[in-house]
Amino acid sequence: MKQWKKNFIRTIPVLTGYLVLGASFGIVMQSKGFDVLWSIGMSAAVFAGSMQFVAVDLLATAAGIITTALTTLMVNARHLFYGVSMVDRYRDVGKAKPYLIFALTDETYSIVCADETLSNRDLLQITLLDHLYWIAGSAIGGGIGALIPWDFKGVDFALTALFISIFTDQWSKTKDHLPAILGASLSSASLLIFGADRFLIPAMLAITLALAVLKRVRKGAEA
Amino acid sequence: MSPSLYSALQIAVIAAVTILLRFLPFWLFGGGRKTPKFVSYLGSVLPSAIMGMLVVYCLRNLEFSAASGWLPAVIAGAAVAALQALTRRSLVSILGGTALYMVLVNFL
Repeated sequence: MKQWKKNFIRTIPVLTGYLVLGASFGIVMQSKGFDVLWSIGMSAAVFAGSMQFVAVDLLATAAGIITTALTTLMVNARHLFYGVSMVDRYRDVGKAKPYLIFALTDETYSIVCADETLSNRDLLQITLLDHLYWIAGSAIGGGIGALIPWDFKGVDFALTALFISIFTDQWSKTKDHLPAILGASLSSASLLIFGADRFLIPAMLAITLALAVLKRVRKGAEA
Repeated sequence: MSPSLYSALQIAVIAAVTILLRFLPFWLFGGGRKTPKFVSYLGSVLPSAIMGMLVVYCLRNLEFSAASGWLPAVIAGAAVAALQALTRRSLVSILGGTALYMVLVNFL
């Protein structure tokens, strides 16, 4: 129980963001004629926040299968990055490995990145809690969303804040700031060039390339 | 095909592509007894780069035509970074920054 409590505290920022965003997702689904079971089903099976918002439009317009697949590929390509950087970390995480990979979201990834001392059991509890928050949020939104009288405008900033706090932490923990600078600056440049809907894939390519060059240059400098 | 059956098919496609993206790196590089060197290297430098990318990703829809479109996020974001650097407590910085953001967007 103590361990659950610890991991619950670790995931409070995710809880805040997921309940609100999940509820908004449920409400949007409802407004397009998909009832709460659809929201719960998609949140359980897809579990990818921003993609699910895009998916509402794809469902509502009955977009073609190829369009649906390609859009998912574009919006979710960043998950390739998480996988690549977790190959070592998740190598020996035991039986839960497929689930941990299946449910690795931006937010779970950040929490796992932020603390290298997490045990396998911690990883499972954190991943599971985040998944449940998301499903619960969707259920609330799809079920009673229209009845919520309160305006939660701005609460979803909790997720942005989560990433900023981890970025800050990583910055003060490491001496090598170049990867962080490259990540932020190349993403910003890509955003300016390609726009909000298309910048992720070019940004990922540029970051990978820059990191490869960096490795080579540094190796050259050592020799 | 009935509309709801087609929607279910779409969701299945979205889920399948997402699963593929999440598992592909592990299938490609996780099978052998040792992770390829370049992948290990990426594993050590990518997390910082990705967190930079995610911050930009979250702020991608800022509107620069009016101050209300970007100022709250920039002020609250800076507050999160400052609180985190000073206190080292994620809950303080995240909840504090979020509360500040909500005040800024709702009352200013």
